[in-house]
Amino acid sequence: MVLSKTASETDVSIHSTFASRYVRNSLPRFKMPENSIPKEAAFQIINDELMLDGNPRLNLASFVTTWMEPECNKLIMDAINKNYVDMDEYPVTTELQNRCVNMIAHLFNAPLGESEAAVGVGTVGSSEAIMLAGLAFKRKWQNKRKAEGKPYDKPNIVTGANVQVCWEKFARYFEVELKEVKLREGYYVMDPAKAVELVDENTICVAAILGSTLNGEFEDVKLLNDLLVEKNKETGWDTPIHVDAASGGFIAPFLYPELEWDFRLPLVKSINVSGHKYGLVYAGIGWVIWRSKDDLPEELIFHINYLGADQPTFTLNFSKGSSQVIAQYYQLIRLGHEGYKNVMENCHENAMVLKEGLEKTGRFNFVSKDDGVPLVAFSLKDNKRHDEFEISEMLRRYGWIVPAYTMPADAQHITVLRVVIREDFSRTLAERLVLDIQKVVHELDALPAKLNARLATEKQEQVKNGTVKKTAIETQREITAYWKKYVTERKSNNKTQIC
Amino acid sequence: MLAATNATEEHVHSTFASRYVRAPVPRFKMPEKSIPKDAAYQVIHDELMLDGNPRLNLASFVTTWMEPECDKLMMAAINKNYVDMDEYPVTTELQNRCVNMIANLFHAPVGEEETAVGVGTVGSSEAIMLAGLAFKRRWQHKRKTEGKPTDNPNIVTGANVQVCWEKFARYFEVELKEVKLKEGYYVMDPEQAVELVDENTICVAAILGSTLTGEFEDVKTLNDLLMKKNEETGWGTPIHVDAASGGFIAPFLYPDLEWDFRLPLVKSINVSGHKYGLVYAGVGWVVWRNKEDLPDDLVFHINYLGSDQPTFTLNFSKGSSQIIAQYYQFLRLGFEGYKNIIENCMENMKVLKQGIQNTGRFNILSKDIGVPLVAFSLKDSSKHTVFEIAENLRRFGWILPAYTMPANAQHVAVLRAVIREDFSHGLAKRLVAHIEQVLKEMDGLPSRLQHKKTERETQEEVFRYWKRLVDRKRAGVC
Repeated sequence: MVLSKTASETDVSIHSTFASRYVRNSLPRFKMPENSIPKEAAFQIINDELMLDGNPRLNLASFVTTWMEPECNKLIMDAINKNYVDMDEYPVTTELQNRCVNMIAHLFNAPLGESEAAVGVGTVGSSEAIMLAGLAFKRKWQNKRKAEGKPYDKPNIVTGANVQVCWEKFARYFEVELKEVKLREGYYVMDPAKAVELVDENTICVAAILGSTLNGEFEDVKLLNDLLVEKNKETGWDTPIHVDAASGGFIAPFLYPELEWDFRLPLVKSINVSGHKYGLVYAGIGWVIWRSKDDLPEELIFHINYLGADQPTFTLNFSKGSSQVIAQYYQLIRLGHEGYKNVMENCHENAMVLKEGLEKTGRFNFVSKDDGVPLVAFSLKDNKRHDEFEISEMLRRYGWIVPAYTMPADAQHITVLRVVIREDFSRTLAERLVLDIQKVVHELDALPAKLNARLATEKQEQVKNGTVKKTAIETQREITAYWKKYVTERKSNNKTQIC
Repeated sequence: MLAATNATEEHVHSTFASRYVRAPVPRFKMPEKSIPKDAAYQVIHDELMLDGNPRLNLASFVTTWMEPECDKLMMAAINKNYVDMDEYPVTTELQNRCVNMIANLFHAPVGEEETAVGVGTVGSSEAIMLAGLAFKRRWQHKRKTEGKPTDNPNIVTGANVQVCWEKFARYFEVELKEVKLKEGYYVMDPEQAVELVDENTICVAAILGSTLTGEFEDVKTLNDLLMKKNEETGWGTPIHVDAASGGFIAPFLYPDLEWDFRLPLVKSINVSGHKYGLVYAGVGWVVWRNKEDLPDDLVFHINYLGSDQPTFTLNFSKGSSQIIAQYYQFLRLGFEGYKNIIENCMENMKVLKQGIQNTGRFNILSKDIGVPLVAFSLKDSSKHTVFEIAENLRRFGWILPAYTMPANAQHVAVLRAVIREDFSHGLAKRLVAHIEQVLKEMDGLPSRLQHKKTERETQEEVFRYWKRLVDRKRAGVC
């Protein structure tokens, strides 16, 4: 707010932003600059650098919402200076959170009375939600084992190898062993029978995923529940289930209401969902709901008083913005059940349009199912000459960001491209994407094959997981340099459209 | 989305004439139908009018005002998911630049063009948990190589720690060894802290800017005493500095104060970008001295967003706005700008403190050196308490918290006013005037603490007390 006191101060404010000396200097990258600069210059400089970021709405890698109505943007901006944790100072905002928790709990058929408050909390995302749920399970299990006089130093959790990285983080940071059910070609989710086999007396819970990150599939939670109920009867261990519904939690109740995956199944004790995925809110909000008070040990809840009144807190994060909580409530009452259903149906239809367009090319296999999260995951039928990573890179030229990645163990030889259909991905965009993919495939056909591709595939089968990733990327880089030459030549020859 | 036949009528109605504002707001179940966006906006906006005014919330250190240019940048970035590093490389680089700048500010031993080791977080809570995790893991590795047990880690702090240290201890199963406070001394005593250190101590946590009184702990003395002990024991116990508030004050106002990486035992520091970093709620920073202090097995590499991405945070998806805002502030203000702002805060703090002292009714617990806040208690609490003062001030719109100190000074109750960038000289004067008014009113009222009440009297009194509190809240806010 204080301008430099040099004699040229008047000159500075008269200059047009791009004529001022501030945009002539290189930007500070390692040390804070000594002097202040005018706010217009600061804004312009940063705004211009950010132009080189990808366009969020063309980022087809992400499930996270990239568009909201202007009215909601207004509410978000108004609340940007409200620190959510000041519950005593902002009681209405706190109540909006509680209402969201109630609504989501009811959506998941939690066993609640008509006006009973649900047990749950808003978080910064599903990562925090999962860590809180995992903590609750770990503590409950420890208390149970202590009461039985048995050792409690080796907790473990059973999941599929398709879990999102935050489960691995939870396991590593909170010192719980991760027992993963491996995938296999053609079956990319957790097999319930195998999962139940892995359960032992040290298992704090089994985590099922509703909407696998890799191909959008819903895991069969009902089957898992039934098998686990049987095992619990034999062993008496009472192992519970957690459903990671980060993506699926706001899809299944609207598109597949008959599908039993939530609290209707007796062993499901907690569920997490991302408000910022199909909850249709910008990045920064998730929810975790417990079946009942008993499933959340009281000793994990803290009470503080130095903000002025007694405040219970059970989250990892303390201070954070209030905007996303308010935005979630806006969406829930603005759209209602009918609105969400319409949005999800639209997404599903656009996913089908994309899938059919790709099917017509005859060059792809589909790894995603029709039911599940609206996304299309596909791989090349023949990837010996050109692989999915090349397609992904070439699509960038048109502005599309479509990720390509390898599946986890034991299907690492499969590479897929994945397009996530969000609310703001219209049918027109779907058709355009199909056209652009067709163009890319044609271009690649005209180019000679890579000799390195086969070598890379063979290497992968012999080496451990961590090193595999590095090799693929090094190979990628070599290939990119090689093809850049060809692409530049073609560019100068044709009048092909770019971006 | 409306299928009703009177859809045109809906659009014609003024917002407050439509049927949506006549219906009760949904509180337990999602409504079946959609409603128009203006109705949704208005309904929510109106309810939120009854929240406190963030700028009059003197309880909080967290920033409540930023320049309009920065607001523009934040709104433009609101749909960027920060974790998509591959898709938003510039945003990722802005974070790295901030980390470098903060590390340099804290005199981290990095070369001229060397990248620092650190990360942006959602707040100091996450930052502290990450730092604590790093200490715990390093200690476990060390013990395992020595063939010693690793099941009883502990951490030494003062009883004045912010709640997130207690959370860290409870969630990550580390014992919390607290140095108790005493009346007149409200921070951690370095000598007592070093006494508590044993072979299971993963680190000693010092606070630069205690939440309760704003005081800076003497990190240098702690460092010197701990170095001596380490020489004797060979345990190599490190220090973490929780500079959540003080990290953006000390370098500008007290550059000669040695509290950061200039002290050899300090291995990591956290600071809240959203306190005196002058950014809205939602950003914190943690910086490590160098790579060795951050164990590699805590860092994850993922590939399903399209290319290799290292990640070491508790949160995954989150907004990018606050990171961009932090870089804006660094660029816009620079060293001189931050210095000017913090100096202003100190001046206004002195104005407030002087006004409060002039009433002759209060003791001041906060020091002049530290975070710009005023913590004060009543000289005589036998008739009326600070809690009553806090309640009465709400009528004027001020939110001033009153709370008791932790063990062993629980009998001391204080009021605390935090001076932020947007708390001007004029507002300070006005607050003093209101405090004086409240004191005068209270003097005229009978005390609640005098005679022993019957059960029924107590019940009635409690009921009246709470009713007044709730009523006043509605009248006093926004």
